[in-house]
Amino acid sequence: MKRIIFYILLLIATLIFVYPFIWMTTASLRPEREISYLSPLSRNFSFGSYITVFKRIPIVRAFLNSLIVSSSITISVLIFSSMIGYALSRLKFKGRELIFMVILFTMMIPFQITLIPLYVLMVKLGWTDTYQALIVPGMISAFGILLFRQYFKAFPKSIIDAARVDGCSDFGILYRIIWPNSIPALVTVGIITFMNTWNNVLWPLVVIRKTSFMTMPQMVVLFTVGGQAEAQVGVQLASAMMLAIPIVIIYMIFQRHFIASMAHTGIKG
Amino acid sequence: MEKLCRYETDRVGYVMVLPYIIFFLIFVGYPLFFSFILVFHKWNIISPMKFAGLYNFNFLLHDPLFWKSLRNTLIFLIIHIPLQIIVALVIANILNQKIIARGFFRASFFLPVVISGVVITILWQQFYSFETGLFNTILSRIGMTKIPWLINTKFAMPSIAIMATWKNVGLYIVLFLAGLQAIPSSIYEAADVDGATARQKFFYITIPMLNPTMIMVLILSTLGGFSLFIEPYVMTGGGPINSTLSCVLYIYKQAFYFNHMGYAATLAFTVAFIIMIVVIIQRKLFETEVYA
Repeated sequence: MKRIIFYILLLIATLIFVYPFIWMTTASLRPEREISYLSPLSRNFSFGSYITVFKRIPIVRAFLNSLIVSSSITISVLIFSSMIGYALSRLKFKGRELIFMVILFTMMIPFQITLIPLYVLMVKLGWTDTYQALIVPGMISAFGILLFRQYFKAFPKSIIDAARVDGCSDFGILYRIIWPNSIPALVTVGIITFMNTWNNVLWPLVVIRKTSFMTMPQMVVLFTVGGQAEAQVGVQLASAMMLAIPIVIIYMIFQRHFIASMAHTGIKG
Repeated sequence: MEKLCRYETDRVGYVMVLPYIIFFLIFVGYPLFFSFILVFHKWNIISPMKFAGLYNFNFLLHDPLFWKSLRNTLIFLIIHIPLQIIVALVIANILNQKIIARGFFRASFFLPVVISGVVITILWQQFYSFETGLFNTILSRIGMTKIPWLINTKFAMPSIAIMATWKNVGLYIVLFLAGLQAIPSSIYEAADVDGATARQKFFYITIPMLNPTMIMVLILSTLGGFSLFIEPYVMTGGGPINSTLSCVLYIYKQAFYFNHMGYAATLAFTVAFIIMIVVIIQRKLFETEVYA
């Protein structure tokens, strides 16, 4: 009996975290006047709010922009951060420890301090309203380097030595031998980078003003805050749903990896 | 001979770290350096920079909105941090027992963590709406008075803090869960032999052993509070009467509404400095040695 009450309480606690999303899904399908109803059900379900969003803003374009930016950054972070992590963990050269210290130092700098000068840099480079502004400052991640460095340290030395004897270059060793054997590290860095980039909204708001280059979170924010949603809650929720769905799908597929990755690093989105 | 030398210095190492050095110089080093210059100048980004000495810092000391934004952040942290730690600790302890479908429960609590803050904010804006919001609908249904969640200066920041707790607590549950599982069961067994109660075990073993996780949660929440931006930007625009003006929102407004680049950089510089001081103090005060 005590056990049953325990599970009921736990289930209620779970509902507090899940029900809002169920409610949001159905609310976005209900007509405006029914939105404040508590019940998720309705006789009048329709995709009206979604159609309104598609009509008023180029949300598909924003989705593609987000996809291009998030994928480019993720691929770049995996390639470069693993390369630097490999050099710092498996190669010997002068200044290696200095570079490692510099990376540790950069992780302690609050982002607030570089935000304004970084924007000025984008203006000077003529990069405002371009993909470069969204992608290039995120191409290497200090967190990625540290994670790969740690992970590669444990890679068996004998395999690397054997590959060297066979005349394999260090790039070959990294990308053809170590990569296929480091899937967990690649998944961890990949998921965290993709999610953080996908959900980032401050940086796009700073460097992008043209609608055609806006990322999805940025466009949804401006749509909601600006007048275009005309204070219609249903339409706002529909645009928020479209922003949430891609990450929720990825989360459902890689759920365990998501939780393990973020528990491992303590990095939040 | 070439092969032997390779093991002394791997020249390819320089090639491999070169992208980082270039990246660091352009996107970290230069902005850091430039922010040191900006804080001593007045600049609207269009006309040439004007040297202003310590004017920006002087202005900042007497800027009521800067102090207001710090106070708002403090209010946020005072509500957010204890709430976060208590809720996360309780749920993590429940999930650490032998229960069925633990993975399902864990995944559910974690769901708001992965979803964009933009989505969460738009959703909660509806919940908090005074006339038609879900919370006030429930309150008036059970015969209570409506709460002015976002339209009263006393309620607005706490409302945002509660929402932020709901969004982030899943991450801290998972962190605490990992911390709990790292405590060797032999310690609890030894305590059982000595006849310790569940309560004693919790306060004299679990809490002290979780200290590293606790510090991590404390620091991450603090950084989160000082980075608060999109929630007030979407929900309140910093209002009512600047009661939800966060540090980053104020920096953003100074830079991009008023084009006060020099002053915005000064604000950012000062906030970053305060963050570092706060984190150092937190570590000094709360970090203890854990013997395991």
